[in-house]
This record gives sequence, structure tokens and C-alpha cells, in this order.
Amino acid sequence: MLRDLRRIWAQTLAIALVLGCGIMVLVGAQSTQRTLVQTQAAYYERHRFADVFVSMTRAPVAVVEAAAQIDGVAQAEGRIGFSAVLDIDSMTEPATAQVLSLPPNGATLNTPLLRAGRLPEPDRPHEVAINEPFGEAHGLVPGSRFRGVLNGQLREMEVTGWVLSPEFIYTMAPGALMPDDRRFGLIWMNEAAAAAAMDMAGAINQLSLRLTRDADERAVIVALDGLLDPYGGTGAHGRERQVSHSFLDGELQQLGAMAAFMPPIFLIVAAFLVNMVLGRLIALERTQIGLLKAVGYGRVEIAGHYLKLALLIGFLGIVLGWGFGWWIAEAMIALYGDFFRFPFIIRDLSFGALVISAVLGMATVLLGGLRAVWGSLKLPPAEAMQPPAPPSFGRGGLDRMLTGLRLRQTTMMIFRSIIRWPARAAITLFGVSASVGVLVMSYFMFDAVERLADSVFEQANRQQITLVLAQAQNESAVRDAYSLPGVRMAEGAYTMPVRLVNGHRERLSALQGHYEGAELARLVDDAGTVVALPGEGLVLPDMLARALGISAGEMLRVEMLAPPREVLELPVAAIIHQGLGQEAHIAAPALFAAMRTAPQVNMIHLMVETDRMEALNNAIKETPAVASLADWGEVRRQFDETLSENLLTMVGIYTLIGVLIAIGVVYNAARIQLSERSYELASLRVLGFSRGEVSFVLVGEMMLLTLVAVPVGWVLGYFLAVGLVGAMSTDTIQIPFHITKRTFALAALAVFLAALGSVMMVRRRLDRVDLAMALKARE
Amino acid sequence: MADDAACWKADGNMTAIAEKAPEKAAVFRAEGVTRVYRTGAVEVRALRGVDLALYEHEMVVLLGASGSGKSTLLNILGGLDLPTDGKVFFRERELTKASDAQLTAFRRDHVGFVFQFYNLVPSLTARENVALVTEIARNPMRPEEALERAGLPDRMDHFPAELSGGEQQRVAIARAIAKRPDVLLCDEPTGALDSKTGIRVLEALYEVNRDLGTATVLITHNAEIQRIGHRVVVLADGRVTRDEENPSRVLPSEVSW
Repeated sequence: MLRDLRRIWAQTLAIALVLGCGIMVLVGAQSTQRTLVQTQAAYYERHRFADVFVSMTRAPVAVVEAAAQIDGVAQAEGRIGFSAVLDIDSMTEPATAQVLSLPPNGATLNTPLLRAGRLPEPDRPHEVAINEPFGEAHGLVPGSRFRGVLNGQLREMEVTGWVLSPEFIYTMAPGALMPDDRRFGLIWMNEAAAAAAMDMAGAINQLSLRLTRDADERAVIVALDGLLDPYGGTGAHGRERQVSHSFLDGELQQLGAMAAFMPPIFLIVAAFLVNMVLGRLIALERTQIGLLKAVGYGRVEIAGHYLKLALLIGFLGIVLGWGFGWWIAEAMIALYGDFFRFPFIIRDLSFGALVISAVLGMATVLLGGLRAVWGSLKLPPAEAMQPPAPPSFGRGGLDRMLTGLRLRQTTMMIFRSIIRWPARAAITLFGVSASVGVLVMSYFMFDAVERLADSVFEQANRQQITLVLAQAQNESAVRDAYSLPGVRMAEGAYTMPVRLVNGHRERLSALQGHYEGAELARLVDDAGTVVALPGEGLVLPDMLARALGISAGEMLRVEMLAPPREVLELPVAAIIHQGLGQEAHIAAPALFAAMRTAPQVNMIHLMVETDRMEALNNAIKETPAVASLADWGEVRRQFDETLSENLLTMVGIYTLIGVLIAIGVVYNAARIQLSERSYELASLRVLGFSRGEVSFVLVGEMMLLTLVAVPVGWVLGYFLAVGLVGAMSTDTIQIPFHITKRTFALAALAVFLAALGSVMMVRRRLDRVDLAMALKARE
Repeated sequence: MADDAACWKADGNMTAIAEKAPEKAAVFRAEGVTRVYRTGAVEVRALRGVDLALYEHEMVVLLGASGSGKSTLLNILGGLDLPTDGKVFFRERELTKASDAQLTAFRRDHVGFVFQFYNLVPSLTARENVALVTEIARNPMRPEEALERAGLPDRMDHFPAELSGGEQQRVAIARAIAKRPDVLLCDEPTGALDSKTGIRVLEALYEVNRDLGTATVLITHNAEIQRIGHRVVVLADGRVTRDEENPSRVLPSEVSW
């Protein structure tokens, strides 16, 4: 057996690598996912992450006790939360922060984890704790001071310590697309100080609940919404709509999808390869098998011999897969640990994944091997000892057509070989197209993100700066914005958190009021078309409309969750395709007519002179009417940066994986071809064909199959991408489905080069064939 | 390939020899050809200093027991193998100094091979197997003409698996002569055939030699076949033990075994 193995070691390795890839993805993704799930669970448990969250305009502290009485609530805690614009010495532009109050006796829910220094003393109003990443980004160590505008008043604060919180594992400014630790921070402040700043003594505006084990979350939310309705509750929600949690869950879901999605492709390819290679080995040893049977070896013993070989390949693949899977899991856990700032990691190397992958790996090679072994065992020994009859070639319609083409004979040999052994060609075709498919699927992620970026940055949001106003103001505020330094263009918009209700279905969303002739922030659908808002009624993205079970022409109830808290009944005028869209849109005149008020704005989009940015930033820091600011150029820069870091690594890994499949398949197929046809190819050399002409027969067949496999792989990749979109899209994000020509071309090119490289490696063996020996040794 | 051929010519002209002019034009000339195979510690001396000449239009029967070195000699003459020692000339060009590409061009342009096991491409029909060679040859005959000469005019569109051994061998002969080679090298062409079929194959070779004047080397271990050659060379233990004209040449139909 070791002799057999030595003879086919390169092929064994190629199969083991393909198998190993599948197992690597399974083990790596599973281990990473389980480790992160365990870590998340432990983090949540230790730091008492709440189950239900709600904000309101202002409620008396007594509602906390009332909320705690709701059936199924184990614990309730209220706090004051608001946003602030900060003036940090290390940056010219303003940063924004979410300020949260700390109860005098310490938080009992969503408890901050102290990483450095200490928490603020209850009797020192200027003391604050900040989140660790923000502190690191600015070097704001305990003892440092910075200024901020809290509720319109400029205040100086002193940092006492750095903390992390289970509520902000993924820290993202409201409305932002990416975390930005430099421009968005979290501030924990004494309750008394926060109440004083916001004029909220004896009141709260945020409430968190922890539920009992058997609680019905929906019922609690309904009861809580009822309780908070008089106080301007904006609609309670569970963890699934909590920003940090839902993002983390999304990531974990994607890891799970990868673990479920990718390995089967590899396993199927590996099974075919084992089948192909063992089949060939058995064909070569046919005489020997006949002899063994003649002298009395049983079928089971002979089958056992070859299956042991298959198992050895499986074993090698599993060990490789485990090793690389462990390595990749370590790398990914480190990456995620950094990204999410987990204070600790609870490792779970997923024993289950190891066992499952081993069982699957072994089953794969056995399945592939059994098919190959079975055929050989059925031969009676006398027949097996004879050399196999020369393959006969038929003349089907396809063959007549090819003959009609008057091709060169060497080309004819290629076609006849494919037609004669269609199953083998199909395996090669399948393997190569699988690798093209995997590449299309992975490069597609680039397309999706680019499409997303294009739609968000180039189409929908062309403004450089967005100012979020502290309160809605008269339309004239837009004119006032022109007095800020460097402003070339200003455009008002109005946004309002709403609850959309259609019968028993409801969704928390935002309503965007669009002013006519808006040039900067526009409503753009998936096709990239700017949607003109109808004079009356709502425009809904299709996902939102589906979730609400509503279609155009029907009436939708819109409950405003912020002052003036009106409830409107508005018709749905149109439904648009917008993968990222979760918000309802309406023409501003229609909205304000329905609200019976004068047009208002609470956001101002700006185009500015880039060289006046600093002056603008300084002016905004001192403008109490501005609650926060978003610099879209900066957002884009960070988006691209994150993209090039993370996505390039991912795409690199996938390319490697896809290319490995192609190499595994083509190398094996070419080796088998060479082994079967070395006699024939040597004959061609004898007849005076040059090395190049002879290799054409071998290389040509493989490359022809590769070329045919490419479009098949494109189709496969298309459907894989559809599946991926399905697996990764959540309620809130539908990944835009659009595969670029570049993706198709790159996938094809990578696989083509890999195939060519593999077949050229085999070609080198062809060059070494000894002509005289090849003629003598007739199989 | 045109380059290879040109290169071969230039190289060949430089190694012209003009020792003693033979009375007839020699196609092949082997001088002291020795071939040693080494497999591990075992050393096999297949040829031990063979001197031999082959002339235009001549049919030489190379006779010898198995292991006498006759196939080795044929492979070396045909440019499939190189001697360990000694020189081989094709016309006035020294084969033993040729590069791999030059040997390929030599085989393509000048040599036709016929082997014991036919060496046909199983995926090509009889006609296509011949066309395989005519497509790369300089001055080939039509595949149909070659097949007719080889005595197989009516089974041109059959695959090798559909032909009998004798028919397959005649396809191989057609393939070998289609390029109008200077020399035809046949290694046990009747070895796998019964006598009746074998004689028909010999007839095909005989007619090619007679009609086209192609110099032919015919290897066999069958002593009866020597009667059809112009000359008989006997090889034993890697040495030429007999090399004489055959004054009483007969037709293939007159031999039997």
C-alpha cells in the first residue's frame, strides 16, 4: 500500500488539500462561531446585558418600578441618555458622543466593565468614564480633560477611567455605517450630573429590562409600550434590534452560513477525485487484482486494501483540515476579538465540528472509493488478469458533426476522448466549475459592498457634511446654514422615528421627508435611479412593504415616536426596490400638510469649501443647535479602509481555496490522462510529433474542459451568490445582488491560470517519458 | 518544426563524412554502436560494437533471438534511442550528435515505423490514423492512397478496436509509408499475427519496397521471413554474426511458418 501511495503521492496530496479545505472551513468557521457565541453569552451574562430596550422623551423615575412589575420582567433600570458634540484637542473636527447616566449605586444592568482608572464619584459632576477605544484613539487617559456641548451648554469633563460595555460591543454612531472610534465615543456620567445637564431631575429617558427565563418577550414589549405611551415611548424592542447585538449576531450568522455552505462543495469534489484516482490505480493494478483473486484472496480483503488507501487520503485531509482550521480559527478569533473589543475570550474549539468533519471527511473518501473499487471486484479473476480490451469508440451524431468539421487529428483525439469518457470529463468539468463558482461567490462580496458604497456614497448621499439639529426648526434654518464658514450649498431634510402599523403587523422605522429638488441627499433605488417622490403618500422599499404585508394603494398607520407624536394615516403611493432601504419616504409638503404644520427641517446637508473645513468644524462645536455632525468624506475613507483590510484578506483566502480545487481537479485529471495515454502519446512522439504537439493533446483536453467549465461555473457562482445573499441577508439588510463582469472575469482568469499551471506540471512528466520504454511496456 | 529541420540540415552538413565511398548509396551507417542499459546495479550490454550499413531500395531482414539486441539497434537507427558509444549516420548526417528536436524532425521527415503492437491511436479511425501523419509530413500521399497500398482500401472509417490484428498492422504500415519516408523500420510486424495474416502484412511491406523503393529494415525472430529480404543480418548477443546477400529472394506468398 505504501508503494501505491508513493506512486500517487502528488495526487493524494492534491485530493487531501481539497478535502482539507472543506474541513478547514467547517472547523475554522464553526470554532470561531462557537467561541464568539460562548464569549458573547458569557459577556452578556457577567455584565447583565438587558433583554428589552426602550427610549422615551421623558418619564418619571417611578416608571422603572412600574416596568419591573410587568409579568416576566426580572429587573428594570432607567437612565438618562443623550448625544453631545465634543471638542477634543487631538482633532480639529468635532466628535460626537452618546452620554449615559450611571445610577448613584452603580449600574445593575448593562454594567460597564472597568478597564483602567475608576468610575466617576457620585459627588463629582465633572467626572466621566469613557469607552476604552475612544480613550485610546485620543490618548484620553484618566486625568485628561475635554470639552463638550451638553444640551446647548459648553462643559469641561475629566476622564476617570476607561470602560467597555456589553451594550456597545459594536460601537456605531446613530446613522453611521461603520464604527469610528475616533469620531464617536461613549461617556458615562453621574446620574445627578446628567439630570442637571438635561434638566431631567427625577426623570429618565431610557429603560432597560432583564426578563425572567420563561418570559414572553412580545407580551412584555406590548405592556411596556402601553406603560410608556404617555411619556413618549419610542417603541420597545428586544435584543434583535439593539444595534451592537444585531450586528454581532449578523456576523455570527454569516460565519454559520459559511460553515454550512462551503464545505459540501469541497467534499463533493474530493469524493469525485478519490473515485477518479482510485479507479485509475485499480485499472493499473487490474492484473494484480486478478492474480490475488486467483490465489484465493476474497473480495473484502482486496476492497479493504484500496479502501484503506482512500481512508489514508481521508486521514491526511482531515489532519490538514484540522490543522489549518485551528490556525484559521485562531486568526479569525483574534481578528474578531480585536474588532469587537471582547474583554476576554472563551475558547470553544468545537469538538463537535472536529467529529462531524472527520466523519464527513471519511464518508467522502469512502463513498468516492467504494464506487471505484466495486467495479473491479466484479470481474472474474481470469478476465481481470488479461489486459483490458482497447477502448472502442462509437460514431454518434456528435462524432459525425466533429468529423464534418475537418479538424486536425490531434484535436479530434481530444474530442473523442471527452465523448468516450463523458463521466470523467463531467467530473473535471464539475470540479473546475465548482472552483469558478466559489470564486464568483467570494468576489461577488466585493461587488456587493462596492455597490452598497456606490449607492450610499455616490448616488444617495452626495453631501459632504450632514448636521443633525438638536430640535426641528423652521425651514429658514437652511438659509442660516449658509452663514457657517465655507458652506457652498445647504439642503434641509426631515427625519422622524416612527412605528408603521398595518393591522397586526408593525415595524419600527424612520420616516424621511424629502424636499423638492433635493440635490444632495436623494432617494435612489437598486437600479441607481433617483426616485421622484409622488405629491402624496408614502414610498416604501420592498422589504419593508413585505414585512408590513402592504401593497401600493393601501393605507398605512404612521405613529411618530418623537414630538409632535402625531398619528397619521397615509396611503402607500409606491413600492421601490431598495436592498438597503428600511425607511419610509414622503415628499415634505405632503408630510407637513398631513401634520398641519409649517415645513420643518431637523437635518441639514452641506457642500463646503474643503479648505474651510477647520473653520466650519470650530463654528459647529460652538453651535448649540447642532446635536451632531457626520462627515461623509471621512465615513467613506474609513469604509474603504476597513474594506481593503478585511475584504482583501477574505478574498485572498477564498481565491486560495478556489484555486486549490481547480489544481486538485485538473492535476489529478491530467495525471490520469497521462497514465492512460502515455503509450499513445509516446507513439505520437515516435511518429515525429514534437513535445509541444504531443502536449497539445493533453493540455488541450484539460484546457478545453476548463474553458467549458468556466461558463458553467459562472452559472453555479450566480446561484451560490443568490444562496449567500439569502443566508446573509437579515431583516434589516438585504445584500444588493449584482455580480459585475469583473468578478466573472477574475474568477475565470484565476481558475484558468491554476488549471494551466497544473496541467503544465503534468506536461513536464510527459517530457520525461522514455520513448523506447513506452513502446515496450504495453499495459 | 521547420526551424528544427533547418537546424538539423545545417548541423548535418557540417558532419559530412567521406571515408571510403560505398559502391551503393548508404542510407544508414552504424559504426561500433554499443548500448548499455543500467538498472540499478545490473548492467545489460544490449549492443556490443555493431557495424552495419543499409542501402537505398534495399530490404534487410534483421534476424535474431529475443534479447539479441535487434530492437535496440532499430530504436537507435530510428532516432528513438542514443547509443552509449559509437556513431550512427543517416546519409551523411551524424544522428548521434543530433538534439532532441533534430531527432524529432528526423523521425517526422525520414522514418516510417511499424511496431509489433501497431501503436495506433484508438480514438482515431484508420483514415484518421494515417492523416495524423500526413498532416505534419512535407510531401505526403493521400491517406486513402496509403491505405490502398497497404491493402486496406475498404475499412478506412473503422476504429482500431473494430479491426483485426492484421488489418490494424496494415493501417500502421499505411501510416508509416504515407509520408513517403526514406526508410521504413519494422519491429516484429508479424509478431502478434497468425501466419496467414502475417504473410499479407509482409506482402504489403514487400510491395511498398518494390513500388516506392523505400529502404526497409524488417526485424524478426522468425527465420523463415529472411527469405524475402535482399540481405540478411543476424544479430546474437549484441553482435552481428552474419551479414550476407540473399541470392534467392522469394515472394512473401512463398514463405510459410
